[in-house]
Amino acid sequence: MHGIHLTIVLAPLFAAIIAGLFGRQIGRAGSHWLTILAVGLSFALSILVLKHLYWDGGQIENYTVYTWAVSDGLHMNVGFLIDRLTALMMAVVTFVSLMVHIYTIGYMTDDPGYQRFYSYISLFTFSMLMLVMANNFLQLFFGWEAVGLVSYLLIGFWLKKETAIFAGLKAFLVNRVGDFGFILGIAGVVMFAGSLDYATVFAAAGAIASQSIEIIPGREWNAMTVICILLFIGAMGKSAQAPLHVWLPDSMEGPTPISALIHAATMVTAGIFMVARMSPLFELSETALAVVVTIGAITAFSMGLLGIVQNDIKRVIAYSTLSQLGYMTVALGVSAYSAAIFHLMTHAFFKALLFLAAGSVIIAMHHEQDIRKMGGLKKYLPITYWTALIATLALVGFPGTSGFFSKDALIEAVSESHWHGQGPVYWIAYLSVLLGVFVTALYSFRMFFLVFHGEEKMDKETKSHLQETSWVVTVPLILLAIPSAVIGWFTIGPVLFADYFGDSIVVAANHDVLAYLGQSFHGSAGFMLHALLGPAVYLAAAGAGTAWYLYLKRPELPQLWRQKMSGLYDLLDNKYYFDDLYIKGFAAGGRRVGQFLWQTVDVLVIDGMLVHGTANTIGRLAGVLRQLQTGYLYHYAFAMFIGLVSFLGWLLWF
Amino acid sequence: MDLSHIILSLLTWLPISGGIAVLMAGDGGDSASSRAAGMRLLSLSVSLLTFVLSVFLYNNFDTTTASMQFVERSPWIEALNVEYFLGVDGISAPLILLTAFITPLVIIAGWDSIKERPAQYFAAFLILEGLMIGVFAALDGLLFYMFWEAMLVPMFLIIGVWGGKRRIYATMKFFLFTFLGSVLMLVAFIYLYNKAGSFNFFAFVELPLSLLEQQLIFIAFLLAFAVKVPMWPVHTWLPDAHVEAPTGGSVILAAVMLKMGGYGFVRLSLPMLPDGSMYFSGMMIALSLIAIVYIGFVALMQTDMKKLIAYSSIAHMGFVTLGFFLFWSIGSGSGAELGITGGMVQMISHGLVSGAMFLCVGVLYDRVHSRQIADYGGVANTMPIFAAFMVLFAMANAGLPGTSGFVGEFMVIIASFKANFWFAFLAASIMILGAAYTLWMVKRVIYGDVANKNVAALKDLQPREFIALGILAFAVLLVGLWPAPLVDMMSATVNELLTQISQSKL
Repeated sequence: MHGIHLTIVLAPLFAAIIAGLFGRQIGRAGSHWLTILAVGLSFALSILVLKHLYWDGGQIENYTVYTWAVSDGLHMNVGFLIDRLTALMMAVVTFVSLMVHIYTIGYMTDDPGYQRFYSYISLFTFSMLMLVMANNFLQLFFGWEAVGLVSYLLIGFWLKKETAIFAGLKAFLVNRVGDFGFILGIAGVVMFAGSLDYATVFAAAGAIASQSIEIIPGREWNAMTVICILLFIGAMGKSAQAPLHVWLPDSMEGPTPISALIHAATMVTAGIFMVARMSPLFELSETALAVVVTIGAITAFSMGLLGIVQNDIKRVIAYSTLSQLGYMTVALGVSAYSAAIFHLMTHAFFKALLFLAAGSVIIAMHHEQDIRKMGGLKKYLPITYWTALIATLALVGFPGTSGFFSKDALIEAVSESHWHGQGPVYWIAYLSVLLGVFVTALYSFRMFFLVFHGEEKMDKETKSHLQETSWVVTVPLILLAIPSAVIGWFTIGPVLFADYFGDSIVVAANHDVLAYLGQSFHGSAGFMLHALLGPAVYLAAAGAGTAWYLYLKRPELPQLWRQKMSGLYDLLDNKYYFDDLYIKGFAAGGRRVGQFLWQTVDVLVIDGMLVHGTANTIGRLAGVLRQLQTGYLYHYAFAMFIGLVSFLGWLLWF
Repeated sequence: MDLSHIILSLLTWLPISGGIAVLMAGDGGDSASSRAAGMRLLSLSVSLLTFVLSVFLYNNFDTTTASMQFVERSPWIEALNVEYFLGVDGISAPLILLTAFITPLVIIAGWDSIKERPAQYFAAFLILEGLMIGVFAALDGLLFYMFWEAMLVPMFLIIGVWGGKRRIYATMKFFLFTFLGSVLMLVAFIYLYNKAGSFNFFAFVELPLSLLEQQLIFIAFLLAFAVKVPMWPVHTWLPDAHVEAPTGGSVILAAVMLKMGGYGFVRLSLPMLPDGSMYFSGMMIALSLIAIVYIGFVALMQTDMKKLIAYSSIAHMGFVTLGFFLFWSIGSGSGAELGITGGMVQMISHGLVSGAMFLCVGVLYDRVHSRQIADYGGVANTMPIFAAFMVLFAMANAGLPGTSGFVGEFMVIIASFKANFWFAFLAASIMILGAAYTLWMVKRVIYGDVANKNVAALKDLQPREFIALGILAFAVLLVGLWPAPLVDMMSATVNELLTQISQSKL
């Protein structure tokens, strides 16, 4: 199997290097064929690995590929841990990546940077695989930063577009704030466990949790709590949790295929994956779990609200992604790691689909992204319409769709988690995810109705060209629509309630809310019937109904309300003023600090007073002697040099 | 023929004599003449031969021992008991490799961008190379000091003759800062010589010294080394020197000369003055952290690319001194080795990355004759290959894993967390600040629409520039993806060093 694992990782890397360095030689078709074949191979082999581990009962593999460095007894390796959690992630990543590779043929068809784009997305696939397949923190961090790099390069792919390069820089820097916490967390792991390898660290988890660290003198904190919170700060950056969410909406400036692949389906879920992977650590700190729940709940609800006021088709979906990532985070916080990963998987399918459908609309509309200028596209883009409908239904949790199973299980888990005895945090979380369902349905169907139904608001010129693009665009839509529709039905049993993850995910017995739910789980159909007794389905229906009423039936109402509640609208329209805070507060503040330290401390005090002051004093004293000297620097230098050479020569000679 | 007994002398004197030969022959006052072309070729050959010799050194280097290798030892000035004593261990060998690796690249980079006195220019670099290797190989204090001071002369000429408009000011500042520091080092050497009866470094290490003696000598060394590193607050000469230096001068200055300071700490201060180092470790850590955070902010505001990279160098070198002095707050045991190793890896990495960054600026300067960020914008449109290199090196400068920039920083951050959470907290701020100043510059220079007609007229890399940057890119990735060979080279010596410093002299 080792050869297979290496091939899965290296095939996309190889393709990325060839397409990147020799793109001109192999041409456009050459680069897309090469990368598609490479990613296709990775996908096929990933399925093989999944089959081996799940159906054939294969053993978990944990091994070192090569030693990066050894110092101080700390072994820093590159190695793979292939268990069912990893295998699931590999399958999802390579499948979505493959779809996006194919789709890109159509979407980027006229772009001069075609080969570069393929090189980047293949490099991304490699990086993401390195991240999920890591068996140690070093490689995890490598993959973590590498996906960040590719995300930066791809957001700024259209390098003449000022907003895009700004968004790329912003994404990288905000992620670096998260990574700042992440690397401190890793350093903490090394300090307390003496190793970077997952297996060793997890085995030492109990010992870590029994130690404490004094960060503020006189206050002892549990070492595990500190480590977990630091690691989670990393997850907040990568998975765009409030308040480090600000980069994700802006990342929509990049090409749509990567919005689907990186900023919806895979990279942004790396934080979720990481916390699930670290479940043996997080389980030992209820404080850290409470932090996770709180951040997730805030993100899930507040970011959903912002989706309602956005008018850019991609930004609506971006806020939806933020909100859904919040859902996953809440699930992590209530120790329902499997539910988080399950939602991660279904979300990867339906959200990638939604983005690609949006991309299809954008191409048809000649790169118009404002949903207020669309409408009635149903009859022009039938395939896009039906696949987008499936994605939207899955997103809002329509019974039977993949999103229904994952989201409903997640909400159930949160609602049952109060018996942890963790107090009000969990009630806030429950309320957030529940109200979030209404909000999700509202913004999703608002967008859906405005784009596909109602009055046709585009100009004549655009309308005359409206049609589905080629099969390379529609086939990935259809292939993604299938799992979006049905995968939940087939997988909820095994993934959530039949111990699919085995030892990959560790849950303390008194936190195990999924096991509790599992007692009353009797198949997918029963789960659906049971859900009809809960509030979530009705809230979703109410959200969709509200959207229908407001945006199709009485379209003048939103305008009216907007004027009446201008305070609320401004708050939402300005995204709670986070961007202002960061750009006018932190970024400008940082520049002012820099300016002060440079011009005042460096130039004025150190150079002006100390250096020049001393020099001037000496200069005055030396004024008397100056008569003897020429004052030409190079005279002195040559004198020294000649003196030195002759001196050395003389010594060596005699 | 067994080279092992003369390899260090060859590495030292081959470039020096080659340089003198080039200097003597000259270019006949015409940079376009065939004689000048011959001198270029000769200089390149000498530097390449030196590099080949350094590869021999690497191949025959025994990583299992901490003792000095390739030792050459003979009496020199017998009346004073001064020896011609050369040898390398895991601390100095990587730095010699770095020097021999960078110099040919500098010669390639200056190939035809130096129009004025090219022969003298290349000669200066060859002589400088030999002297720098001499510093790293010398094990006798007087020999060390002579190389150390002599090194200033060619650098001083490089900036003074081929430099920019304010070159005289910059040269003077550079010279005075470094010279004043080194004089105190000489005084310390003479004091130690009087007690030990020789300038031999091993005699210095064995010499019992009282705490006061150690403190005073530490301060004398500190001034010499801190200026070179440079540490805050004696760093202000560096931005000026870099801005005025020609590209090659900046590359050598950043890549190798700054390492002299770091090397001095591990070669002299730590083993010779264990208690003095202990006494001042808190201060050293504080100064290192100030360099990382304070300079990070200052770098953010630079409008001149070379100044920005110069400030970034100071911040990155802060990691070197931080790593070296973490030992003391951790106490003997886990973490110390990681800190010192990390600091040394950081020296090598910084040599590659900052060298490459200065070469990149040089590529642009050769075409547009401006170092101002504001004079550029959208360079990627006209120079895509160059842009790819620049982004790669910028990422290495920002410490991206997979590049050499990450290795040392990672080790030092981990080691400093063991010492104190707040050390790691401040050190890790480079994750944000380093990315901010580097990538903000990249954004303004590389990305965007073509900013002006100068940028529109840019031609992408010439073959020689491509070769120089390509080789550096390879090295940056190699060290980043597989640092084990480098770390293994250092490992035995670092352990020996830790034993030395854990033995109090009191």
